[in-house]
Amino acid sequence: MKRIGVFVCWCGSNIAEVIKLDEVLEAIRKYPGVVFAEYYKYFCSEPGQQIIKDAIKEHQLDAVVVSACSPAMHQATFRKAAAAAGLNQYQVEIANIREQCSWVHRMHKEEATQKAIDIISATIEKVKQNEQLAPLTSPLVKRALIIGAGIAGMQAALDIANSGYEVLLLEREPSIGGHMAQLSETFPTLDCSQCILTPRMVEVAQNPRIKLITYSELESVSGSIGNFTVTIRRKPAYVDWQKCTACGACIEKCPVKVPSEFNFGLENRKAIYVLSPQAVPNKPVIDAEHCMYLTKQKCGVCAKICEAKAIDYEQKEKIIEEKVGAIIVATGYDLFPGEELDLYGYGRCKNVVTGLEFERINSASGPYQGQIKRPSDGKVPKEIVFIQCVGSRDPEGGKPYCSRVCCMYTAKHATLYKKKNPDGQVYVFYMDIRSAGKGYEEFVQKGIEEDRTLYLRGRVSKVFEDDGSVVVWGVDTLSGKKIEIKADMVVLASAMIPRHDAKKIAKLLNIGSDEHGFFKETHPKLKPVESSTAGIFFAGCGQSPKDIPDTVAQAGCAAAKVNSLFSMNKVLSDPIIACVNEELCQGCQLCISACTYNAREFDARRNIAKVIEALCQGCGACVAVCPNKAAEVKNMTTGQILHMLDQLQ
Amino acid sequence: MRIEISHEKVNSDFVKKIEEISGENIFACYQCGKCSAGCPLVDEMDLLPNQVMRLVQLGQEKELLGCRTIWLCASCLTCFSRCPKGVDLAKVMEAIRVQLTRSGTDKLDLQEVSNEVLAETPQLGIICSFRKFTG
Amino acid sequence: MTMKIPYFPGCTLHEKAKNFDQTARAAAKALGFELAELEGWTCCGAAFPLVDDNLMGLVPSVRILAKASQQGEELVTLCSFCYNVLKRVNKVIREDAEKRDKINMYLDEEFDEPYTGQVEVLHFLEVLRDKITFEELAQRVKRKLSHLKLGPYYGCLLLRPPKEIGLDDPDHPRILHDFLGSLGCQVRNFPFASECCGSYQAVRAPELALECSYRIIKSARQNDIDALVTSCPLCHFNLDAKQQAMAQKYGEFTPLPVFYFTQLLAVALDLEESVWGFDQHQVRPDELIKIPVGEEKQ
Repeated sequence: MKRIGVFVCWCGSNIAEVIKLDEVLEAIRKYPGVVFAEYYKYFCSEPGQQIIKDAIKEHQLDAVVVSACSPAMHQATFRKAAAAAGLNQYQVEIANIREQCSWVHRMHKEEATQKAIDIISATIEKVKQNEQLAPLTSPLVKRALIIGAGIAGMQAALDIANSGYEVLLLEREPSIGGHMAQLSETFPTLDCSQCILTPRMVEVAQNPRIKLITYSELESVSGSIGNFTVTIRRKPAYVDWQKCTACGACIEKCPVKVPSEFNFGLENRKAIYVLSPQAVPNKPVIDAEHCMYLTKQKCGVCAKICEAKAIDYEQKEKIIEEKVGAIIVATGYDLFPGEELDLYGYGRCKNVVTGLEFERINSASGPYQGQIKRPSDGKVPKEIVFIQCVGSRDPEGGKPYCSRVCCMYTAKHATLYKKKNPDGQVYVFYMDIRSAGKGYEEFVQKGIEEDRTLYLRGRVSKVFEDDGSVVVWGVDTLSGKKIEIKADMVVLASAMIPRHDAKKIAKLLNIGSDEHGFFKETHPKLKPVESSTAGIFFAGCGQSPKDIPDTVAQAGCAAAKVNSLFSMNKVLSDPIIACVNEELCQGCQLCISACTYNAREFDARRNIAKVIEALCQGCGACVAVCPNKAAEVKNMTTGQILHMLDQLQ
Repeated sequence: MRIEISHEKVNSDFVKKIEEISGENIFACYQCGKCSAGCPLVDEMDLLPNQVMRLVQLGQEKELLGCRTIWLCASCLTCFSRCPKGVDLAKVMEAIRVQLTRSGTDKLDLQEVSNEVLAETPQLGIICSFRKFTG
Repeated sequence: MTMKIPYFPGCTLHEKAKNFDQTARAAAKALGFELAELEGWTCCGAAFPLVDDNLMGLVPSVRILAKASQQGEELVTLCSFCYNVLKRVNKVIREDAEKRDKINMYLDEEFDEPYTGQVEVLHFLEVLRDKITFEELAQRVKRKLSHLKLGPYYGCLLLRPPKEIGLDDPDHPRILHDFLGSLGCQVRNFPFASECCGSYQAVRAPELALECSYRIIKSARQNDIDALVTSCPLCHFNLDAKQQAMAQKYGEFTPLPVFYFTQLLAVALDLEESVWGFDQHQVRPDELIKIPVGEEKQ
């Protein structure tokens, strides 16, 4: 018979105010199996924990029941204290007499007291049958996979590599840098985006622990924390990057012109191309859809002219399999689709562009070499309108959330435009100005005061072309006037949305995403980088819209989680998981389909089901479904539960 | 110009009536002004459409009942179609109008409409006018 | 057997907009279906009641729909106002059980069965698009109209509110464009295609309504449009009959004819001129229809 100690906490007045603890103590001291019972004001405190430790030693306790607040609060605390006194931590159970008793029955003290006694008695019954368990260990591969090589992915890669661990950095474009590589300058410092990004890109490419895998996508993932197996599909570039010297002759000679995705169609690229002049790796790929040789067996000029003989039309895709211990998803964002921005004239009017397109227009390496010109006729705009909240804060017509960065980048655009066009006039239609970061508000106000930028408070209802101008109908609610502007160019600060295939990635990785497609964190306040799957973290705009400083910070946070995981030598996980009684199992496989964590598998040779311990979360679905009573959850067996219920009769 | 607002004003019978008759959540409007930006009849209005909504939020019964705006509305529904919050301003306008027309104030007098207008205007225009502007 | 669809003309189509009604009926006949006018119909009420607390405003429309349900499963209409009211009231009946029951109780002496939203309210354009199809229509065109540069003017009530009417996108509509295209006309876009003409303010604030309509005409002229095409008698009035007043107020004015879409259909199908009803227009479009010298009649 186990020697059980019961510790009843006052929890200050939270429990003591409602439950008559003298009565409880008296009843529990008489309970069969209880050799020691005491109450105290705050068992979670240092002296409180000391009482428990001393009692374990003095009374040779085999099991402990702490009657206090929810196990979510202090189960770990009490288990640790018990372990320090030499007791197996899984012989510690919590009887919740606060959230499930005193807090919800404030008006019924008599009944609450009796209920508390019942809860504690049932818990005593449970702990009587608890097994000695130890945390499960599994091996750990100290290599991280980072999906996405934008600023978030690169930052995380560097932080992990510089801590001494290997990184696989996966990028689906031919070169790295993400959207930040498309920006011209960044707020509020107006640093040239390429200038601050390129050193990072080079660092990533040259770091001996970072293996850069570009022009590749994730195909599949299996396994669990510490031990994932990933397959990666490397798309055929039709250029042998080992041989290529990046001389650029092929690009020059290629006759095919295709609208450049990097420049949003404002300029053309060739069928063989490098994403941008500062690309890392600076090696070209051939666009198989448009290449004349690959589609019609004509041309072939690049192969003829390449001195390094690097063109390889026969190149096939490669499937790579790797083992990693942790994954960081840093896939970034897209902008609200242009097809849905017709109300604001996008698509209909050539001179209505998105914020990212304006970045390319303003960029020295962009289609107009840094001259701000309008797409239809190359005229320099004198009247330029910026519209904020396009598709954001719009439950009826767009996304309900705020995209966080638009107020700032619009102010930045206004400032940059005025630098190049001091005679021009800038108008910004806004609802609010959200400039909460360091130096942000000052940046916005400076722009307004120095540049005489007119901030018009109101939304825009219609944009249309008339006689060469783009007419904008808006309102200024502050003065109470409907506004009409005949603009030369309009820039839309369109909403930030997750990548169009973010949901697909989430499914591959078995992590949750919210109704907008952003990856879902385990706890919005305290666990912002952890996904619902252990070992998979995220960073950057794939989780929610944010600016570059927050992205870099979050990437560092995700890297720290990975580093702390890798600093251990093995992965520990909770042993309160399912197990199979192999004698009783008939191999019906009902448990396998019932398991939502993919933690059940079938052993065909022995015709029984097995538990993949690293994945099992101990939910008990398999126990409920098993017709042969072969499945049980350790320390939460059907027998234990029935005993608890008996006690409550 | 100073106005006094209080719990009473914001939750007054007038505001409650407007909400009940229109069926709209007055506080869903976040004053973006898109309705005003698109309203085709805004030129002669004293209050902008979004200002009408604002004054309902502030419980300003007198100013609303005395304004010209609500009588210039043509119920074209452009405001409702464009509102990012799905608020039907046309219904709110109607709710304010009926406060007067139901209590005996007519804004259209048959005697004052010229025979010419009555003769040339399609019936449906005349029917609508009398439904909107009289009790 | 000729397809018969119950048809609600509405008061204005029997009087000020007779040409709208006539051309629709004649065109329907030529295309092989019949607009079967609802027996004993009454006014639809013209404006969809925007108040939630008075059900009387819904009664006229429910009465019409109930009558229609006795004669078929669909009800077609031409006038944008009638279409809008009937469609919106139908939705209320379908979705609000309390209002439905109250109104049916009120009407129970007139009708044996309660009306529960069985009838589908259609606009004539929907019949052309979905039952006849625009492709078929294009085949039936007998008269060359490719010299016409037309601006489809949708007005307000044909499209708004988009979630309830659902006929087309209110900011980027296509149905009239596609219809006119199938007749072989040149279709021009212009930014005022769904801006309000001033509507019933023509009675109480005529100057304001005039301004609204003038802007539409002006924009049409600026976009190389020869004539506007509409589906609403009130729009037609504001845009057509008021052009003299516009000329007086704004000077520098070239008149612009305004068609009902069914008139163009009648012309395209080469129906008798007596049906076209151009005599009811202020700005006569007769010259516009005639083919320019040198071009053959198909």
